[in-house]
Amino acid sequence: MIRVIPRLIFELVFLRPITLLVVGLRLKHPERLPKKGPALLVANHNSHLDTPVLFSLFSLGRVHRVCAVAAHDYWFGNPLLALFSKYVMNLVPVKRKREEGESVEDILANVFKALEENKIVIFFPEGSRGEPEQRSTIRSGIDVICSKFPNLKVCPVFLHGLGKVMPRGDPIVVPFFCDVVVGEPITGHNDEKPSKKIAAIFDELEKEVDRPLWH
Amino acid sequence: MNQLDNFEILSASILGALILATALIWGLKFSPKQAEELKLRMKTWWYIFIFLLGGLMLPSPSFAICTGLISFLALKEYLSLIPTRRADRRVLLWAYLAIPIQYYFVQTGWYGMSIVFIPVWMFILLPIRMILIGETSGFLKALSELHWGLMINVFAISHILMLATLKFPSFTDHKALILFLIVATEMNDVFQYVSGKLFGKHKIIPKVSPNKTWEGFLGGVILTSTLFYFVGPYMTPLNHNYSLALGVCLAVAGFFGDLSISALKRDIGVKDSGNLLPGHGGLLDRIDSLCFTALIYFHFIHYFAV
Repeated sequence: MIRVIPRLIFELVFLRPITLLVVGLRLKHPERLPKKGPALLVANHNSHLDTPVLFSLFSLGRVHRVCAVAAHDYWFGNPLLALFSKYVMNLVPVKRKREEGESVEDILANVFKALEENKIVIFFPEGSRGEPEQRSTIRSGIDVICSKFPNLKVCPVFLHGLGKVMPRGDPIVVPFFCDVVVGEPITGHNDEKPSKKIAAIFDELEKEVDRPLWH
Repeated sequence: MNQLDNFEILSASILGALILATALIWGLKFSPKQAEELKLRMKTWWYIFIFLLGGLMLPSPSFAICTGLISFLALKEYLSLIPTRRADRRVLLWAYLAIPIQYYFVQTGWYGMSIVFIPVWMFILLPIRMILIGETSGFLKALSELHWGLMINVFAISHILMLATLKFPSFTDHKALILFLIVATEMNDVFQYVSGKLFGKHKIIPKVSPNKTWEGFLGGVILTSTLFYFVGPYMTPLNHNYSLALGVCLAVAGFFGDLSISALKRDIGVKDSGNLLPGHGGLLDRIDSLCFTALIYFHFIHYFAV
């Protein structure tokens, strides 16, 4: 239990004030969120704030059961940052580049482990943040996870506005209200490729959001 | 027992009205959908009441924080609603930073700076910051939309707090003065709505708002000025006749404040400005008339009573 204390303190004094007051969320369909793990929360990725925002969808009593996938080279680059990422942010490292002889399964081993521990895992299937407020194609990692866990509950979440608040390459935070639209969870991944299904769901969820021009 | 002051009587009356309205919603028969909507709306009214009364009753600078927070949330809602340019991120940040500065000037009673900071200094500083970025495409549109947003959401709303710093020859009940502005503005909305529902026939400005009628507008003016004639002299330093005149001005200002935000939403193509206040819509939907009435109320009193 002691291990979750730094996580909770950081969440309470830093992450939640930022996501709820500075940013401000317009949450649609929160009842569709998974109540318990194992489950995967998949979202489009535009900003470093995406992860804290997705964490804030869970109550403080449950948030330590939620972890997020993060780039190994970035968040676990030095030992001190790695400690912070692991214990304070609840991040799960995934390598972005495969080395000789490594399979996709090897790279995703930490995600599998977290799911086997019945955790809710935040996963960005686009891989990286990309251009602000533009979706990029969903990569194959999600299909690999789903073929290993065919009955896994996968809950798609569409995020809008965080790329305006804090886009890639700009450390300054500019407040905007952001939209978080939770989709119906999908499960039973035998027929169609999950990556395709999720892309289609993102298309639908995107329509529920008023998007003022941002250019 | 100590006698209640006017602020306490006004707060108690609002409390009574809220309890009555809540009892009516729970007691009367509505369709389930209607009842749920009304209950949600009522619940939000209670939160607004507690928020404002808490701000007024706790020691200073709680009301500055309270009104500053309203400005921040309203400006954020406004900027999330309108088209903005990616190049302007830092300009928008400057606009946000104007909020604590403006509220500092107001809170410290520095009247001159409170009045010129946004209309003069921000009027110069925003284009300077924008020029340093150098994006000319859409320059005028971005600049004017941002400055209008600051005027409505920060300059106008900060006038509510500015009332607290006015010094009158004999009147001292500033809390009553502030609460009466907010109550009268909301009552004017209600008076217009009810008169429109009961007698509304002739549309007044159908292109902006198809539901507004001449009967609603005039009913609002008559009832609000009656309220001002009888209650105004106790809540403000004005006598009956001046208070009546202010009532007419406030009713007209509230009407046009409301319609300005309606026109803005119609221009953008949204129904609600946001969803910050469940059952009401966004914050801008609620404070739309207040943005105009706060300015009129303050400057009328500043001119005639100080």
